[in-house]
Amino acid sequence: MKTPALSVAVLVARRDLRLAFRKPSQLLQPLLFFLIVATLFPLTLTPELSRLRDAAPGVLWVGALLSSLLALEFLFREDAQDGTLEQFALSGQSLTWMLFAKTCTHWLLTGVPLALAAPLAAGALGVPTAAMPGLIAALLLGSFAMSLTGAISAGLTLGARRGGVLLSLLSLPLAVPILVFGADATQRAIAGDDFAAPMYLLGAIAVLGITLAPLAAAAAVRIGLE
Amino acid sequence: MNWVWFHRFGSPPWVYGFARRWAPWIGAAAAIAMGIALYGGLVLAPPDYQQKDAFRIVYVHAPSAMLSLAIYSTMAVAAAVGLIWRMKVAHAAAAACAPIGAWFTVATLGTGMLWGKPMWGTYWAWDPRLTSELVLLFLYLGYMGLRAAIEDPVKADKASALLAIVGIVNVPIIKYSVNWWNSLHQPATRLIGEADMGKGMVWPLLLMFLAFTLYFAAVFLVRLRAELLRRERTASWIREALT
Amino acid sequence: MNEFLAMSGYGKYLWPSFGLVIGIVVLNLVLAWNSLKAAQAQAKRRLEMQS
Repeated sequence: MKTPALSVAVLVARRDLRLAFRKPSQLLQPLLFFLIVATLFPLTLTPELSRLRDAAPGVLWVGALLSSLLALEFLFREDAQDGTLEQFALSGQSLTWMLFAKTCTHWLLTGVPLALAAPLAAGALGVPTAAMPGLIAALLLGSFAMSLTGAISAGLTLGARRGGVLLSLLSLPLAVPILVFGADATQRAIAGDDFAAPMYLLGAIAVLGITLAPLAAAAAVRIGLE
Repeated sequence: MNWVWFHRFGSPPWVYGFARRWAPWIGAAAAIAMGIALYGGLVLAPPDYQQKDAFRIVYVHAPSAMLSLAIYSTMAVAAAVGLIWRMKVAHAAAAACAPIGAWFTVATLGTGMLWGKPMWGTYWAWDPRLTSELVLLFLYLGYMGLRAAIEDPVKADKASALLAIVGIVNVPIIKYSVNWWNSLHQPATRLIGEADMGKGMVWPLLLMFLAFTLYFAAVFLVRLRAELLRRERTASWIREALT
Repeated sequence: MNEFLAMSGYGKYLWPSFGLVIGIVVLNLVLAWNSLKAAQAQAKRRLEMQS
């Protein structure tokens, strides 16, 4: 009898969370990376807050993307190396749901902390306090979408040599719409304007991602494991 | 309906022979068409009212753009056919498309930049169409990079096929971005009908589209032969094909 | 002739554009042909190694 897909997903999610908390330092790395990247810009560009404010949306979102790419390495590689992923694929349960669970936990562990910590970096870049809620909301949605599309590229590069650099190259085209709308939402929030429109588009991308990305990721993983 | 012609396309030796026979003729037709179109566009067509002679860049820019999108679509369809029906020929076709498509994306971006400078005052603008065309280049490069990075040829075929299919979402974005957003890049000019480009300006452009399509077919068939040879390691037909 | 080359002042954009595309057209022909020759040589070597 086949276990309901949702229970399988929950099992996988709980396993991933438990494993992740055994190595808390690994959890912090993407977050620290993001904060460092955000700090580098004022150091290298200009200390003038007004100019930094203009650059802030781009800096924050590129930083979020880079941090997400760093974290994606952890998504599949360890499980692929010790054979767990293969067991998932052979188990007869829905690989799509299992990978969706892995992607969600990945987002909970990397995207959510990043979105919540972003005000620190944003403040340093001159972003007004009023814009912070909008920034957090946009980053939550955007990082979720990035985790979803990143799962596809992570799956594709499983069988590749030196997959890390390739992973970044492959993730970029899929991430561009997320970056464009996310930065637009942040820009409008900073200016005090209504940012609902880009948020809806981000939401649409996330929904599209939820429905299609796990399928594509599962197909990619199966190909990579052959 | 007679499906024999379809099944022939699944047979590597038949496709190899077909490519060998037809490529030269298609190439010759492309060269002639291109020559006439170039003459029509550079010499015969009258200067534009607003852009004077700068508009002539359209005769290389638009066909390049068309190819960059059409080749990617062809590649994605071939990839899908290869994945679904497990046809080696389809995977070979997708692989053959990629370098050509990438180069014509470069051509589109380059000619676009050279046209943008006199017309808009800038070589580049981060508007939707230009940005998504750049993203298309990254997709081509990522596709070729993924192929190169995976050692097992069958795995490489399948993984890159999946990437090509996922990337197809970019093509409609490029095409319709000028309609969906306020863009620096002008929307499509109506080619036929009233209030379009002047009469002497249209036919060289249409002929160039045809010429580029024929050219792609010819170059594609040459690359396809190479890809088929690489995939058919020990098959007996190769011995005869190489003589 | 000079008028033709100048293209009402846009010559320095127009001719490099055409040059770029013609160059890419020729380049792709050459690359494709080389690719075929290389694949044929490889296949020949493989056949010789077997027999």
